[in-house]
Parts: sequence; C-alpha cells; structure tokens
Amino acid sequence: MAKLLQSLVLISLLSLLACGSPRSAETDSFRSPIQAIQNKGSDTMVNLALAWAEAYTAQHPGVSIAVTGGGSGTGIAAFINGTVDIANVSREMKSEEIAEARSKGIDPVEHTVARDAIAVVVHPDNPVDQLTIPQLSAIFTGHITNWQEVGGQDRPIVLLSRESNSGTYVYFLEEVVRQGDKESQALFSPDTLLMPSSEGISNEVRQNPNAIGYDGLGYVTPDQKTLAVAGGVGRAYVKPSVETVNNATYAIARPLYMYTNGQPSGAIHDYLEWIAGPEGQALVQELGFIPL
Amino acid sequence: MGSLLSWGKGRVSRWGEFAVEGFIRIAGGSAIFLVALIFFFLLREGTPAFWEVSFSNLVSTRWYPTFGFYGILPLLYGSLLVTTGAILLSVPLGLATAIYMREVAPSWVREILKPLIEVIAGIPSVVLGFLGMVAIAPLVRRWLDLPTGLTAFAGSIMLAYMALPTIVSIAEDAIDAVPKAYRDGALALGATHWQTIYRVVLPAARPGILTAVMLGLGRAIGETMAVMMVTGNAARIGREWAALFRPVRTMTATIAAEMGEVAQGSVHYHVLFAVGIVLFLVTFAINGVAATIALRGQPHRGGQLMR
Repeated sequence: MAKLLQSLVLISLLSLLACGSPRSAETDSFRSPIQAIQNKGSDTMVNLALAWAEAYTAQHPGVSIAVTGGGSGTGIAAFINGTVDIANVSREMKSEEIAEARSKGIDPVEHTVARDAIAVVVHPDNPVDQLTIPQLSAIFTGHITNWQEVGGQDRPIVLLSRESNSGTYVYFLEEVVRQGDKESQALFSPDTLLMPSSEGISNEVRQNPNAIGYDGLGYVTPDQKTLAVAGGVGRAYVKPSVETVNNATYAIARPLYMYTNGQPSGAIHDYLEWIAGPEGQALVQELGFIPL
Repeated sequence: MGSLLSWGKGRVSRWGEFAVEGFIRIAGGSAIFLVALIFFFLLREGTPAFWEVSFSNLVSTRWYPTFGFYGILPLLYGSLLVTTGAILLSVPLGLATAIYMREVAPSWVREILKPLIEVIAGIPSVVLGFLGMVAIAPLVRRWLDLPTGLTAFAGSIMLAYMALPTIVSIAEDAIDAVPKAYRDGALALGATHWQTIYRVVLPAARPGILTAVMLGLGRAIGETMAVMMVTGNAARIGREWAALFRPVRTMTATIAAEMGEVAQGSVHYHVLFAVGIVLFLVTFAINGVAATIALRGQPHRGGQLMR
C-alpha cells in the first residue's frame, strides 16, 4: 500500500511538469461577446478615464473598458506597439512618435477630451503668492536656488517634478521651463526630485516649506497653496480655476487628448462621442478638470 | 524513501533510482539554466546600447534619457551611496543583535526575538517605502535641518531595515556554529565573557559573518520600490561631503520608473537594459565573493583546534 502511494505521488509530481502550456489568445475558448476597449496612459487622466469607464459601462453593459495609468509616455509606447485601443495623453504626440507609429502601421488620430490647468504649488506657510513664467523657468532650471531671490524667506528651494514618462512633465518643460520656445534646450535642474506619482509631490509639498512643485489642478489638495502665475513680466497674475482656463487668462493650461488608431468606429466611436457629450463633460467638471 | 528503493531487486530498483536521480538533476540544473537564460536575455537587449550610444555619453554625468543624455554614472553612484549607507547602519546593528541573541540573551528572549526578526523580513518593500516617504523623510528633514528629507540617507535607513533580518539570521547561525569547546577553553583560561566573544567567538565566526554582510549588501543594492519612493530620484553626483544627505537616483528606481514608457527596441529601451546588465554584474560579483568566503571558511575550524 505504501509503495502504491509513493508511486502515485511520483507520477503526479512528474505530470505537473507536463501540464500548463500557455494558451494563446487565438486558442482561448473563453471568448466573450463583450466588446473590450483597452485604454492606457496618462496618470493625470487616469481617475477621469476610470470615472468615464465606470459610468459608460453602467449604461452600456455590452462594452468593457480596461483603464490603466503609467504616464503619457507609457500610453504612447503601448499605442505604438499596438497593444491598446485608446491612448490617454496629456500632451501632444511628438513628431518622432507619430513617425514611429506610422512605420508600424498605426495611424494616430487626436481627440481633445477635456482641458487641464497645471497648478504650481507650495507649502501653505510659504509667503510667496505669485511668480512669473520667466521666474519659474529660472527656478526649475536651477538658476534661482533660494526663496529669498523671489521675495520669500531665506530657505533653499526644493524642486519637485513628475517622472519623465509623464505628459505633465513634458508639457511643463515645454511651456514653462523652455517658456514655449521651440529652440530652447533648457532642461530641469539635475537636483529636481522626480516623484513617481502626484501623491509623492503632494506629500512633500504639504509638509516641506522649502518645496515647490507642479501638478494637474485636479490633484491639488486643500492643504497645498497654489501660486498665481503671470505669463511674463508686467502681465497679470492669475490663479488657476475653471473660469481662468476657459477665458484663456491662466498661462499654464493644456488640452487632454485621447489617441485612436485611425478614425474610430463602432464601440470606440460611441465611447468618444459619449465623452464629448454632456454626461462625459459633467464628469470632467466633477473631477476638477475643465470641460470643453 | 526506503520503500521506494525496495520496489524490487535488480533492474526495477535501478530504474527507480535512475528516474529520481534524473529528476533531481534536472531540477538542480534548471536553476543554473534559468540564471544563464536571464543573463543572455539581458545581454541581447542591452548590448545594442553600447553601439547606439557613444561611450562618452554613457559615462557622462547627465541622465536625461528623453533628450538623448544617457549618462549612467549618477545612477551607479546613487545605488552605491545608498547601499554603503545601508551597510554602515545595518552591519553594526545586525551584528550586535546576533551577538546578543546567541551569547547574552536568556533563551526565552531568543525564542521571542528570532520570529520577530523574521517578521521584519516579511514586510513588503513598498510598505516600507511608503512609511519612509510619509514618516521618516519629514523626520530626517527636521532633525538634520536639510532642504528635503528625500535623500540617500532616508533610503539607507529603509534599506538597513530590509537588510537587517538577513544579516542577523546568518550571523547568528555563524556564531552558533562556533564549537562550545572554544568558549569553554577561553573561559577556562581566565577570559571574561566579553573577551571570549570579542577575541575567540567572533574571529572564529568571521567567514559566516562576512557572508551575512555580503548577502545583506546584495539585498540592499537590488531593492527598488523603497528607494524609488524615498530617495528623491534626482540623477546627480554630489561632490560635497554631505552627499549622503542629498537626493540621489538609483539604478533600480530608474529601470522601474522608465521601463514602462519606452517603445520596444528604442535607444532608451536598450540603455535601460544596459543599466540592468550593470546591476546584474554588481549583484553577481557580491554574491560570488560571499560564496567564495563561505566555502573557504569551512575547513578552518578543524585546523584551529590543534593550534
């Protein structure tokens, strides 16, 4: 009896080796009739995309939408690799990225789905209330290193930023650090702390009086202080809000995009139409972004 | 096992042995095979970086990969700085803990301490990273009056926490393995308890302790999530003496943060794999040294007793 048991154990162990060949997507018999949309990219947009997906799938049970973050760069990389249907991007695709996509047979089509303001945030006790874009550029390139130089206390300036895969990072670099100059080669100072998420920035800003950071308006919590920003010397200082973005007085505002492969059809087309409609845009406002 | 071997005399029992032996050989060989596979995959994806990017670019001090600056040096510096700090913090503490547990503590204390130390080993690194970001970094900033608490030092603290269980376990085993005859001999010759520990037990356990340190080092240098949340991720090489108290960027955090965004086959992709190769080689060297020390340590004990 013991010998039989032992041989059974040995046979079952050996058979564990033989099983478990991976199922490829083609042979997967678990094919459901649900339409699936893969949606990936900007961390700035991820909460918004999730809210949209939940509301839409509640109304249209025949569609399932998978939303992932990872940054605009990640979304674009996946889009170029052909693994997602919609890429969420908080900046425009660069010409190299568009060329690479076309070379792989993907035709990127841009859809504007919402607008966002980028708020510059500091610790609530920081006496500085307003800065100009040239000042911000000098701060974030490391040319201004002490708060005294911009009217604050004698404290070193600690720079906070998102990681380089973030669309927010790229947008801030182009519009603020490079001041919109296409020829500029300016870069963030090497002393800039690159935080892996918006929460990382918020966490440091709310407890470190030396810190200055930037983030989408929807991610600014009440325990941080937003600065009023002027487009240049002598221009008005404007605080970011829905009104100032819509009447174009706030200097650091940007559209949020979704990219599809070619003109969308079917489920993707219906989804994008819904997003641009009143229900989708109501969610935009609810989450702290700016509707179209 | 005995009944397995007595399936029958002669051919059947030889067959049984052959099957089991073969199975064990395959299992053991597969471990080596997998490591080799990983290394070759890293090489295949990483070596194009050395052709696509000029050598002077790779050894420069600017890491702005989205703009074509691929200087790996700040990343290597960050990893080494954080690991060095972690070792400086965890080795004295770990060694002292191991000595306390084996030589000084009453056995009931040891019974409680040992599982507690294993519990520290079980804490996920991302939890420790979160704790570091939310609790330790602000404290570091206030106590040491730094611009920010997100520094290599905060990273070293969290890594020391992670390396500690490894160092304590292995050092404790090494100290335990020193024969009782050594301690009895020293005490009989009139040494105090501390003199016995310091001059007899520790030198005898040295190979094991060195192994413990090396393995703790290997654990620390490969850590990703904790350092990514706590070191600030600023790719810079600090030339000031207070460099430990400034932000750094480690190789592991760089790979974790940037691998998601690269298009497959792009230059950035290849450079990230090249960073992976560097990391793999450093870890391999550390583990190799640890293994050599451990193997060399074995024959000594018999010889020393004769002296």
